[in-house]
Amino acid sequence: MNSLVLAIIGIAMMLAGYFVYSKYLARRVYRLNSEFRTPAHELQDGVDYVPTNKFVLWGHHFTSVAGAAPIVGPAVAVIWGWLPAFLWVTIGTVFFAGMHDMGSLWASVRNRGQSMGMLSGRYIGARGRNLFLVVIFLLLLMVVAAFATVITNLLIATPTSVIPVWGAIAVAAVIGQMIYRWKMNLLLTTVIGVVALYSLILVGDRFPVVLPESILGMTPATFWIVTLFLYAGVASLLPVWVLLQPRDYINGVQLFIGLGILYLSVLLASPTIVAPAVNQAVPEGTPSIWPLLFVTVACGAISGFHGMVSSGTSAKQLDKETDGRFVGYFGAVGEGLLALGAIIAATAGYQTLADWEAVYSAFNEGGVSAFVNGGGAIVNAGLGLPVGLSATILATMAVLFAATTMDTAVRLQRFVVQEAGEILGVRVPNVAATLVVVVVGVALTFSAGADGSGGLLIWPLFGTTNQLLASLTLAIIAVMLLRKKRNPVLILIPLVFVMVVSVYALVVQLGTFWTDQNWLLLGLDVVILVASLWVALEATIAMQAARKGQFDPETDDPVLAGAGRGDTAASD
Amino acid sequence: MTRRTTVADGMRSLSAGLREFYEAPYRRTLSRARRDEDDLFTVVVLAEALGVPNPASYYTVELLPLVAERVHEWHTRMGMERSPLDSVSCC
Repeated sequence: MNSLVLAIIGIAMMLAGYFVYSKYLARRVYRLNSEFRTPAHELQDGVDYVPTNKFVLWGHHFTSVAGAAPIVGPAVAVIWGWLPAFLWVTIGTVFFAGMHDMGSLWASVRNRGQSMGMLSGRYIGARGRNLFLVVIFLLLLMVVAAFATVITNLLIATPTSVIPVWGAIAVAAVIGQMIYRWKMNLLLTTVIGVVALYSLILVGDRFPVVLPESILGMTPATFWIVTLFLYAGVASLLPVWVLLQPRDYINGVQLFIGLGILYLSVLLASPTIVAPAVNQAVPEGTPSIWPLLFVTVACGAISGFHGMVSSGTSAKQLDKETDGRFVGYFGAVGEGLLALGAIIAATAGYQTLADWEAVYSAFNEGGVSAFVNGGGAIVNAGLGLPVGLSATILATMAVLFAATTMDTAVRLQRFVVQEAGEILGVRVPNVAATLVVVVVGVALTFSAGADGSGGLLIWPLFGTTNQLLASLTLAIIAVMLLRKKRNPVLILIPLVFVMVVSVYALVVQLGTFWTDQNWLLLGLDVVILVASLWVALEATIAMQAARKGQFDPETDDPVLAGAGRGDTAASD
Repeated sequence: MTRRTTVADGMRSLSAGLREFYEAPYRRTLSRARRDEDDLFTVVVLAEALGVPNPASYYTVELLPLVAERVHEWHTRMGMERSPLDSVSCC
């Protein structure tokens, strides 16, 4: 199969989803109304609530949701062959992710831009809110550990990326100064930043950094993991304008450049996919495709994390409710394209099937490195850049995404720890809270060995938690639709599917962790399993109540028997 | 009109879009940090009025009128229903 054909089919499916299905959702299910006064106008404050041009907002939304996860997941999942991953990414984007992202945006817009946590309190109940906090904490914890391992593996497998990866921190710091201290023009700053980043890639390509066998008494993998957590801890404590903000910005720009390079190369080189459509001879120890595929590829098919971005931030900036179709659904399409690019790079970038099988020698082997090397070969064929340089570009891109997610996640987790401290009546200072987060993250990463292989064992668990969060969001949307007396079947089918596969995957993994005697992950698995069943129970109760009760069609508040419409106070 | 103005307009809107892209995600964090700093400043200026000896009061007293307007917003945010100051009564 030619990869160009696959790319065209995939893009056509997603675009059809956008032009046909999302229109149907907008008209019949969510009934988006361009006359509706969005929170951005109603509560405009110049800070959170700012009506924003839909293209700019889409840019934000897309760059916040797309990162390393839609690369890692598909690159691991192609071990079962390209067809299952391809189908799950395309169908998932069209019927799951697009619907979910657009729906969470709509739900939040109809509720004064409140976050999903608040909405779960309102539509599912007080316990729903606590549940939400638990799930989010687990998600952040796992993403930090998994990404530390992903970055470490890349830094070791692609030593040429070491200089650009760490140099990018300096570039971002200088950009922050250029903008806030020297008040330079942003367009100029952007050009300088991108040129500096790519110069670093050229330098790194010439001077690979391979760590010695033992550095400060640690193996290279251990050293990188410890350094990464130290970095993430420090970065999350700095004022955001110094590092995080310019880093996010440059990464956003870099995301568009990277996607452009990848798809242009596929277009020019149109390499043949050497991997089998369905891999009959999976390596020993590979878990069964059903249900593990559906949790290995989380971002790129459906991801609960998007709901947090949609509800927390994007919903407060939506100019018109109808823009939600472009921002939410097309944001998911953008991420689907990234996942599709990862699938193509990891399956078509090799000369022969034997080469490919050598890379995918075991489950969790290959992965991002396969994406980097395969993608490097495609970029080489398409754009004529040397193979090494192409691989360095892609490795740097993947590491930068993962690292930005890591420092942001450490920062967010710090807030969760501080909030938990407040509930217990203890004031936790910033540094102490960050220390707690970093220590727990390091412990989880090293839980299965000093080389940090624990990090990638977590990946399917991360996917499961992400799906769990998505089910919670879908349940909220379904309850809203039921309260408005609309048909929720297009939400319920994906909801049930996602719930079933994630619970099934948890049970399967429970067995794996038991045989591996990995008690920490076993414990985590049990916690997530309990949370999943809890979500299912609460969602069912809330939906039953919503189906039976009478609600005000405007505010969704319960209409008490005997009370006239509009007499019920808004109870938030 | 001329082509040059269209190009200039295009550049300007591109610049504005980029700036929005740069600033929007952190607008809340930055404005909160700024508010925290302003709160600290308010407390320093109001120190004498709150009964805390302030060696720099000779200088800060000049700034009192500047923070006076903010007192109401400040004390409500700090969880005090009424103004803690005898001199400034806002509600």
